[in-house]
Amino acid sequence: MDKILTASLGWIDARFPLSKMWNEHLGQYYAPKNFNFWYYFGSLALMMLVLQIFTGIFLATNYKPDASLAFASVEYIMRDVEYGWLIRYMHAIGASFFFIVIYLHMFRALIYGSYRKPRELIWVIGMFLYLCLMAEAFLGYLLPWGQMSYWGAQVILSIFGAIPVIGEELAVWVRGDFVIADATLNRFFVFHVVLVPIILLALAVVHIIALHEVGSNNPDGIEIKKNKDPKTGIPLDGIPFHPYYTVKDIMGVAFFLMLFSLSIFYAPEFFGYFLEKNNFFPADPMNTPEHIEPLWYFTPFYAILRAVPDKFLGVVAMGGAIFVLFLLP
Amino acid sequence: MRRFILGLTLLLSTSIALASGGGVELQKAHNDITDKASLQAGAQLFVNYCMGCHSTKYSRYQRVATDLGLSNEEMMKNLMFTTNKIGETMTIAMDADDGERWFGVTPPDLSTIARARGTDWLYTYLLSFYLDPSRPMGVNNLVFKDVGMPHVLWDRQGWQKVVHETVTDSHGKTHEVIKLELVDKADEAKADNYRQDVRNLVNFLDYVGEPAKLIRYDLGWKVLLFLAIFFVFAYFLKKEYWRDVH
Repeated sequence: MDKILTASLGWIDARFPLSKMWNEHLGQYYAPKNFNFWYYFGSLALMMLVLQIFTGIFLATNYKPDASLAFASVEYIMRDVEYGWLIRYMHAIGASFFFIVIYLHMFRALIYGSYRKPRELIWVIGMFLYLCLMAEAFLGYLLPWGQMSYWGAQVILSIFGAIPVIGEELAVWVRGDFVIADATLNRFFVFHVVLVPIILLALAVVHIIALHEVGSNNPDGIEIKKNKDPKTGIPLDGIPFHPYYTVKDIMGVAFFLMLFSLSIFYAPEFFGYFLEKNNFFPADPMNTPEHIEPLWYFTPFYAILRAVPDKFLGVVAMGGAIFVLFLLP
Repeated sequence: MRRFILGLTLLLSTSIALASGGGVELQKAHNDITDKASLQAGAQLFVNYCMGCHSTKYSRYQRVATDLGLSNEEMMKNLMFTTNKIGETMTIAMDADDGERWFGVTPPDLSTIARARGTDWLYTYLLSFYLDPSRPMGVNNLVFKDVGMPHVLWDRQGWQKVVHETVTDSHGKTHEVIKLELVDKADEAKADNYRQDVRNLVNFLDYVGEPAKLIRYDLGWKVLLFLAIFFVFAYFLKKEYWRDVH
């Protein structure tokens, strides 16, 4: 049996660098041995990405991107589809947990200077990932077609209207209608399930390749590659990612999933932070809710938008708040 | 002493005190979706009093029967008036445009109302109808001003009227407080029962808002237990592997 396996691996390796890739990224990827708590969030982010894609596929099998059917199809998933409620909660609450993980991941990069030379590009790619993730979350939030879905999208898309001269026409072009409508929902669905996930996946791969090219940073900030074993060329303070960090990250995943499950099973709405009350009203274009609020992960940007009296300047300030992070390295 | 406190709470609860200035202070529904008797009573009230105008079109009779511990026959005999197919969704015959013509707005579907409004809101709302001759239906509501809905359950509660009262708070300031009082004091016993009726009804709406809630609580601790055990193994596996790292 062993012989057959070794032979098949040899056959594959002669045609595809399977063992080479395994070694480069896991088996012989040397990571600093002093990773602390903050270093769990990279692998957790990867897990959340995969989880969102899997749960998303299951949801898409029963969801209908049609203004007259969307809300009902979500309720159908919540009631009539076997374990549909679980998949839907994993996806909707998963979005919030994805942002929690990403924000902590970014915070780690900030406190330990992981954006500095030689990791500038990793940070910039990461920022693009963050932008895509925001787009993905925004597009996905329209799909349940509740009141907040509808009016939140209305507010954000009207931002395009603030751009001088071409603004109004641009907003109509993006919406495909004069207000948020069926056309908007249909295209948001396509972007949410096809376009943006492809970009996200591609960027995530590039992010990891770039990281493994220069090697991981660590809390002390002393590059492990500066102190190599003269004979083997292996960093003396490094340990191979597999098995050391795979077993450590599995432990992290188990703990994280416990928190995630607590929210899914016992606090899915999380006091209105993860699922907003108003989104249990079906979208009604004739009835504007008293308060239109984005989900928690967008609130800083929304606050900037609202604090600046001039709409266009507000948009510029909001965009600037994100753009300034690109310039960090 | 206990009887006195009970009496006092009942006395207080028949009149709804409001803080002046701010919105209406919501009363706690204290409903329990694991209480099947309450859910059944709520379902009965719902199909008899509410379903003339309000549907719960995302839920199915059969699912409700199963979750409430009723047999299909019991369900069909007592709670199904518009269809004899147990797998049907709980829709109504009233035309949406007619509803709008008659009430000003189409009475909304109530499938997710408990998740949108919250149970305390529904509870307080159903207790807060009062006589107001200026309204087309003769009643108004403290929680939902100028609501189009009539007080459908009035014969179970008795009519209420608004009274204005001036009270002095602990800081010595005086406030005007709006209270609801029964028009006919003889209705007090009925009004007490009505609070339980409303609690049952809200309980049913809470359940209908998310039928999976009953499964969710039950599955949750099993998943957490599994993860906790898995975590212990993962912890010791990590410890074993990391033994030689210094």
